[in-house]
Amino acid sequence: MAAGSTYTPIATTTLASAAASYTFSSIPSTYTDLVLVTNFGADTATYARCRINGDTGSNYSETSVGGNGSLAQSFRDSNVSNGAYITYNGYAGTNAGSAMYTLNFNNYSNTTTYKTILTREAAAASSAGATVSLWRSTAAINSIMLYMNSGNFAIGSTFTLYGIAAA
Amino acid sequence: MIGAITAGLFSTGVAVSTTSYESIATVTVGAGNATSIDFTSIAGTYKHLQLRCYLRNTTALSSLYMNFNSDTGANYARHRLSGDGSTASAAAATSSTFMGLGDIPTTASTFYTSVIDILDYSNTSKNKTVRNLYGYDLNGSGEAGIRSNLWASTSAVTSISVTLGSNQFSQYSQIALYGIKG
Repeated sequence: MAAGSTYTPIATTTLASAAASYTFSSIPSTYTDLVLVTNFGADTATYARCRINGDTGSNYSETSVGGNGSLAQSFRDSNVSNGAYITYNGYAGTNAGSAMYTLNFNNYSNTTTYKTILTREAAAASSAGATVSLWRSTAAINSIMLYMNSGNFAIGSTFTLYGIAAA
Repeated sequence: MIGAITAGLFSTGVAVSTTSYESIATVTVGAGNATSIDFTSIAGTYKHLQLRCYLRNTTALSSLYMNFNSDTGANYARHRLSGDGSTASAAAATSSTFMGLGDIPTTASTFYTSVIDILDYSNTSKNKTVRNLYGYDLNGSGEAGIRSNLWASTSAVTSISVTLGSNQFSQYSQIALYGIKG
């Protein structure tokens, strides 16, 4: 089987003004996995989440492990309606470059199984961790909205979506 | 048919690319399930390898194992940091006969995912280190974590075998192998 180049940028943005959310929409189903890389700050010490395909049903759950500088800890949420956590283990700081999160959406376009999201958290001011989230839907993922529970993403925050196509 | 699935790779040369991340081979398990997922004849033309996994177990929650070059000697060691939703824990193993990459669930429609990096895999002067980010969530139970594994061998990695011990991978399980240029 042939090797092929992949890891393709689908869309990227740098916020010119503070915003409460950012949405990747009309995501093509032509890749195998998606990787979303975001580097952001927030004007309010609160959590950020991502909502898939606009789903506001109680279809999300997650398990997380992380450290906050003094404790290693693990958390769980079940039957959540407001989306999957991005920042489960700690808040981003106010500077746009203060926290980096990498979200992996493996096999995102299949229409047979639920979707598992694997997130690596690196918030230098507060925590480091890993979170696995489940979206109990067999729909292909075609939009991802990242949003703050309250407040805004800071000016200069970046959001980039990549597509990886398997041979 | 129940059995091992093997992806053969080009042993010499890869497609010319202007990018540094290339898809090498992918195995997707069919309706007959599979006892192992194998990649053979891996070319030494990349700097690093990455496996992207999407896996489910047919039988019972059990560990995901990986071996290089068919080596089943006690040449592996590992550390993990993980959480089960209430407790964070850490563990280690030495002189192991396999690498451990986390547990694989059986719940219908629900899959473990992992991104596994195999660093400097073709170097013949040093041992090989593997790291992975992994997890599964079952809406009430689950595990998230990070792991490091060591293969105490200076051989270049030319084949990879992933198994569930005596259990099987279910239909739709998938592992894709990628090469990253240096």
